[in-house]
Amino acid sequence: MSEQIIEAKNISKYFHDPVKVKVLKEVSFSINKGEFVSITGKSGCGKSTLLYILSTMDTDYEGDLYFDGELLRDKKRDQLAHIRNKKIGFVFQFHYLLPEFSVLKNVMLPGLKLAELSAQEVEHNAMEKLRILGIDDQAKKLANQLSGGQKQRVAIARSLINNPLIIMGDEPTGNLDSKNGLIVFDIFKELAAMGQSLLIVTHDQDFADKTDRIIEMDDGKVIKQ
Amino acid sequence: MASRLILSISKTLLMARLKQSIVAAAGVTFGITMFITLMGFMTGLNSMLDGLILNRTPHIRLYNEVKASEDQPISLSPEYKDHINNIRSIKPRDDGKEIYNGPAIVAALRNDPRVFGVAAKVVAPVFYNVGATDITGSVNGIDVTNEEALFAFSTYVPEGDITDLTNINNSVILGKGLADKMLAEIGDIVPITTARGQQMNLKVVGFYQSGLADVDNITSFASIGTTQKLLGKTDSYLTDIQVKLHDLNLAPALAKEFEAKFGTEAVDIQTANSQFDTGTQIRNIITYSVSIVLLVVAGFGIYNILNMMIYEKMDSIAILKATGFSGNDVRNIFINLSLIIGISGGLLGLGLGFVFQIIIDHLPFETSALPTIKTFPVNYDFKYYLVGIVFALVTTFLAGWFPARKASKIDPVEIIRGK
Ligand SMILES: Nc1ncnc2c1ncn2[C@@H]1O[C@H](COP(=O)(O)OP(=O)(O)O)[C@@H](O)[C@H]1O
Ligand SMILES: [Mg+2]
Repeated sequence: MSEQIIEAKNISKYFHDPVKVKVLKEVSFSINKGEFVSITGKSGCGKSTLLYILSTMDTDYEGDLYFDGELLRDKKRDQLAHIRNKKIGFVFQFHYLLPEFSVLKNVMLPGLKLAELSAQEVEHNAMEKLRILGIDDQAKKLANQLSGGQKQRVAIARSLINNPLIIMGDEPTGNLDSKNGLIVFDIFKELAAMGQSLLIVTHDQDFADKTDRIIEMDDGKVIKQ
Repeated sequence: MASRLILSISKTLLMARLKQSIVAAAGVTFGITMFITLMGFMTGLNSMLDGLILNRTPHIRLYNEVKASEDQPISLSPEYKDHINNIRSIKPRDDGKEIYNGPAIVAALRNDPRVFGVAAKVVAPVFYNVGATDITGSVNGIDVTNEEALFAFSTYVPEGDITDLTNINNSVILGKGLADKMLAEIGDIVPITTARGQQMNLKVVGFYQSGLADVDNITSFASIGTTQKLLGKTDSYLTDIQVKLHDLNLAPALAKEFEAKFGTEAVDIQTANSQFDTGTQIRNIITYSVSIVLLVVAGFGIYNILNMMIYEKMDSIAILKATGFSGNDVRNIFINLSLIIGISGGLLGLGLGFVFQIIIDHLPFETSALPTIKTFPVNYDFKYYLVGIVFALVTTFLAGWFPARKASKIDPVEIIRGK
């Protein structure tokens, strides 16, 4: 068996507002290095909730979660922030760029925060990622001067800047028209071909069918993988 | 590296909200400008008012009270020890106000290392003869050189030359108010009578103007020698010995020491002028309170804009956190923002404050009571600039701290899920 990036064992999650509801029910699965995995399921079945836990942003859950071989439960907030910074690239449904910054700076920021490379090297890498995504000509523009599809490609470039172990996406094509959705999917496919691990939440069955493995959820449980 | 990144993020956020940031900084600028201006003006006025009295007051004054001796022969006699003493209305010996052994005391004081300078004085109660009426007053016989060295005597002599007191025999500098009543001009001869009836003609060589009308109406100055001659006394006759110390704060202790050592009365400046300290303190309290109020208002301005910014930038904060910035990073971004506003607003305030001080310093302020002052007094003390900028930093830091802490606690999942 190849290296596991994520191993989830009996993850459960409750929401207490307005009444106590169990939205994730003993979810267990694992993701190996280099896999392109999609999570599908009906709206409201708990996909996003699961992804936020996997991405270390939500720490209020039961069960054991291993990321890159490490148990996450006892990590401090700053350590989790560092893991997100270095090892996880996140792409949201809405593009979530910083509107005050240029496209290039948006891509660079997580790299500058990691500070393993000089600012010049980070800038060089950021330009490289933008070129891969075909939007290097937009680098100097402000983030909110781009179209939706372009913004999502900037977000993908940003998720790639620190060469993460895994890229996670919460319906990254959900807010795009089919043409742009296809472009973004092709980009993921190319990244997967280069050995990048990806975990993408989607309710688009066509999208899911083209990935290596589908984790199907219903009502907080994994029903098929 | 990390903090430079944080700083550059702060700057970008600030530039994106430049207008509000400038308004917030202007609040700080206004507060600091007012503080510097008010402080310089108020303390300038204070020290002028204090100087009016304190600069010409000796730190310790030695004199002799006219009173009967405590140790009367009858009480010293062992023979009558157990008897009742019925002697009343004992009269003091006739050495008046003379300080016994005056010149020797002056010499001893000059050798004391704690003493900065000594100026002896002879005060003679006199009548100034104005036509048919007499004005009661006094002639101060002064040691001109030392009086000038210790009390800047010439500052209060707008007309005439103080050295004429020693260079011209039987000369006098008249109080301005007195001279006006006597219609005396420089060069005139004025008649003066002592309380004992001796009369003498003195030549007017100048006018004295202290700014205190009560003093200027009855006082005149002559040399010690002239005054001794006027009183018909020898050249060892002194009534006051004025002492200036190196350290003003030693005055009360040294006054007691001199009293015991020289057998005279001694009064220190703190006892003689306690009310001036109180006035100064009250004026300072007023100034500080006004400035603090202004800065608190400025602080609220910053607090408001940061709160608003954080509310507007929820999404950005969530993104920063999702991509690996820690809560502390986010907090520092907003504290930096606040401090940039505080420092730039504060420095501008110092500059404007200085400009206002210069303007006030050039406003004409002429009053007959203060002959040497032509413009409003301003105190440019660096201390207030320091207090001002520290004040600005502390207020803006506090105003930034609470919103920044709120930002650091924002949970990115809440925001991202909210969409
Ligand atoms: N903050 C919340 N408080 C209470 N219930 C929530 C909250 N967020 C999501 N839920 C509920 O949890 C369930 C799973 O939501 P989510 O993970 O967003 O579903 P999906 O992404 O699969 O559409 C839903 O029933 C939703 O109503
Ligand atoms: Mg969802």
